[in-house]
This record gives sequence, structure tokens and C-alpha cells, in this order.
Amino acid sequence: MSLDGPVREKAPVIQADALDLTFQTNDGPVHALKGVSLDISKGDFVSFIGPSGCGKTTFLRCMADLEQPTGGTITVNGTTPEEARKARAYGYVFQAAGLYPWRTIGRNISLPLEIMGYSKADIAERVARTLELVELSGFEKKFPWQLSGGMQQRASIARALAFDADILLMDEPFGALDEIVRDHLNEQLLQLWARTEKTIAFVTHSIPEAVYLSTKIVVMSPRPGRITDVIESSLPRERPLDIRETPEFLDIAHRVRDGLRAGHAYD
Amino acid sequence: MRSLLPVLTVLAVIVGIWYLAVAPMNVRVALDQAERAGEVVVPEGSVPRREVSVWRLMADNSEHVRLGYALERPRLPTPAQVGQELWKTTGEMVAKGRPWSKRGLIYHGWITLQSTLWGFALGTLLGIVGAVAIVYSRTAQLSLMPWAIISQTIPIVALAPMIIVLSSQVGIEGRGVPKAIISAYLCFFPVLVGMVKGLRAPDTSQLDLLRTYNASGLQSFLRLRLPASVPYLFTSLKVGIAAALVGTIVGELPTGAISGLGARILIGDQFGTPLAIWSALFAAAVLAGALVTLLDVIQRVTLKRMGMAT
Repeated sequence: MSLDGPVREKAPVIQADALDLTFQTNDGPVHALKGVSLDISKGDFVSFIGPSGCGKTTFLRCMADLEQPTGGTITVNGTTPEEARKARAYGYVFQAAGLYPWRTIGRNISLPLEIMGYSKADIAERVARTLELVELSGFEKKFPWQLSGGMQQRASIARALAFDADILLMDEPFGALDEIVRDHLNEQLLQLWARTEKTIAFVTHSIPEAVYLSTKIVVMSPRPGRITDVIESSLPRERPLDIRETPEFLDIAHRVRDGLRAGHAYD
Repeated sequence: MRSLLPVLTVLAVIVGIWYLAVAPMNVRVALDQAERAGEVVVPEGSVPRREVSVWRLMADNSEHVRLGYALERPRLPTPAQVGQELWKTTGEMVAKGRPWSKRGLIYHGWITLQSTLWGFALGTLLGIVGAVAIVYSRTAQLSLMPWAIISQTIPIVALAPMIIVLSSQVGIEGRGVPKAIISAYLCFFPVLVGMVKGLRAPDTSQLDLLRTYNASGLQSFLRLRLPASVPYLFTSLKVGIAAALVGTIVGELPTGAISGLGARILIGDQFGTPLAIWSALFAAAVLAGALVTLLDVIQRVTLKRMGMAT
């Protein structure tokens, strides 16, 4: 394929078509995902928002080949999620930082690199670079328990960035952090996204977080898990924190809230 | 330092109770000895005295009670006597330049320690291998775990002579190997249970993370499961080495062994010398304490170096 720049920009990195996922439980089948179709383009920052059980995490895990859909198709970089996983096409950030307590921050970040067989020199260079990217330079020799929760989560993002995957899948990475730390990390994440031009899929249940970060907001609702609205953000890519006071921001937030309310059955 | 007082208080209470118990335990032997020496004892004759309670004897012969604290062959020796006997069979032997004398506890302790360490090594190996099999294979879990549990319900005292007989049938000379097997039999179980728990300690998201890296099974074992199990391993090893020592001593008891701390206990029993039993028991306790302390130090150093010091 010989695609020129602008066309490649538009090529979908993740493409889901009529995706179904049904879990068989003792209480009968649970429809975690039903008829979910979505395109994520290169360089997009897509947030998934919705109440618990709406399938947002399940959808992310399907992209990562951590769950197997029971119907429909999903491709990542034009291949199956399994092939994409084996090609190490994405970095995944979990809600819990999940750093190994017996490894220093530097060696936690080098974990994927060791597994993928990078050379020692390459590992050292990448660890230093990603630590700088998440503003943790100087903490390389510290153990996880010596860092705050926010710093640990930044280290886990660095770990996902270390092997230069183009896609970053983030499952409520800041869910357990307090509001102020969260604001700070959101701001940093946007800067990081601008610098690295990664495609990011981000699960959250905070409306301001979703609106502040995203170029595209996917509103989902439960039973069965489905997409109820896809909102293209009109906000500029450059976003200072106080953009959250502007009428445009509040407009989008309002639309997200309406979407959530419409899809929410209070039973 | 603040905990020193309670620790010393408990120790003082134990030693105190022990000293108090010596009087009633030894009063009959003491009165027999006093009577033979021509003293007046109430009632006369050791046979009539069997009908009288020790409390009564102590009350009626209070001037002879203290004899019970200095008997040649006491029923219950005093802590000081046990200490003297321990010194006589260890330190004094060294001072005389015969530390490896077969009459000393250093020799017998060494015999027991050897079997304990072999049993510990074998048991730990079995426990770890078994745990890996159980964690990675459901079939292994279903087929191994019940036997591991059943094995611990069989009294080792009943099994020990059979192991000795069977191993001599297959041509194994001496008692070293069968004793190590008996020791390993007791030792593998805590290691197995602890390691199963340790290897299963990583949560789902940590395993998922390695899956996103497309890590191989061996990589996730070496980089995640094994290091995560280290704290559990050390806890099990400390239980395991104490069990291995008990196993070795039990292996020496009912089998007519002539060397080892267990043999000393048996011989002390047969020859009516409780002092020998008590000093062998204390030697075993000191040995167990030293082994557990050694493992504890290794644990602290290892976990500190791993950044997991608590």
C-alpha cells in the first residue's frame, strides 16, 4: 500500500462492526456488548463513558484481545486483536497501577522491554526517555511504595509507553486518584498525546474528564451494553484546564449527561 | 527495648512454675533417698507412701523437700540441672578437646542436623515442584492435593518404622536416607501449601498485563509468579524446617537408632535418666531456634534487597 500522509491519517486504527459479547453465567446469559460498531482513527483520543455494566471496559478488553467477542468483527491496525497483541501494537494501562513491588520504578518500566527482548542499551535509553515523558526522572531507583498513587500511575503509563506502541488503551487509569491529582494527570496526558501522536482509547466515568480529554466521546448504556451516542468534540486540540469553564465545554458536557440519562434505566 | 520487660516476665514465670513443679514431682524419690540415709520419714517405706498424695508427703516431710532439687536421677530436673547437663555434654566436651565424642550432644546434634537438612532440601524441592504442578495444571491439583492432605493425617510415628524397613529392603544401608525421607515427609506439606498460595498471589490484572506483552508462560513464571511467591516461600520454609527437625527426631525414636538427638531421648527413657531426655530436648529446641532464626535473617535480607521489606 502506498498511502500518502493525509489519507493515512483517516485510516481507522480500530474498527468494530456489530460486536457482540455474551457471558454465560449461572443466572443466564449476560449481554456485555450488543451490536457495537465504532471506528477509531489514527491520532484520535476516544473516551468511553457510561454506568457500570455498560460494557466500556469489556469493549476495551476486546480491542486488547483480553476478551473474545461472541459475534461481529473487530480489527486493530487492520488485523485481528490477537495478531495486534502479538505484534505488541498497543500499551494497556489498568485502573490499578499494578507495579511489581520487588522492582524499582526503572525496572518496572523495563519489564515489557525485557520480555520483548530489547538490548540492554536500548532498554536503558527507553526507560530514561519514558520516565522523562511522565516527569518521573530521578525516581528510577525508587521502589513503588516510595511513590504517591499519582506517581505510581504515571509510572504505569510510562511502562505502557516504553515499547512505542501506537495505541494506548487506558481503563479508568485515574479512577482511584483524588480530584487535584487527576486534573494534573489529565493535563499531562494531553501534552503527552500531543507530543507522541498516539491513538488513545480511554475508559472513564467522569464527564468532565471525558470532555476535557477527548476528540470523540462514546456514551454507552447497560443491559445490553451498547453505544447510545458518539459525540465529536468541537474543542481545539490545545486545551488549558480552564477550557472547562467555556460555554462550548459545558455544551458538550451537557450532551454527554443527556446521553447518559437517556440510556440509563433506573431499575 | 520496651518489649524486654514483658518478654523477661514471661520467661521468669515459666522458670518459676518449673521450679515449683520440681518439689512435688521429685518428693517421692527424695524421701526414698532420705530414708535410705537414715532420716525419719512419714510414713515409713516407699510402698505405703504410694498411697499418700504428694501434697501430703510434702506437708509431713517439709524438711526433706529440698532434697528433690539435688537428686542424681530426678523425675523432673531443675532448669539449673538441665543447664549443667547441657554444658557437660557440649561445652565441657569441647574444653576437654573431645567435641565429637559420642557421649556429647554435639555429635548427636550434628547427626540430627544432617538428616534434617537433607530432609528439608528434599521436602522443599518436592513442595515447590508440587506447587508449580498444582498451579499450572488442574489435573495435578485434583490428583495431587488430596494425597498431600491425606499424607499429613497419617501419624508419622506409625509410618517411620515402615520407611526404615522398606528402605533396607531396597538395599539402603544406614539410617541417614530413611530419616531424611521421614523428615521430608513432614516438611514438604507447609512448603507445598505456602507456594501454591504464593504462586497464585498475582491478581488477574497483573496476569492480563503480561498477556498484553505476549509474554511466554516461562516469562510470566520467572518474572511474576516466582518473585511474588518469595514472601510466602520464606514463611513456609520456617514452618518446614521446624517440621523437618521434628520428623528427623521422630525418625530416630521408634527405630532403634543409636545416634541422633531422638536416640538420646529414647536411651534416656530406657535407662531411666530424665536428665539425658531433657538435655536432648533442649538441644533440639536450640537447634530448631537457630535454624528458624537463620531463615528469618535470610528472609529479611532477601526481602529488603527485593524492596519488599515490611
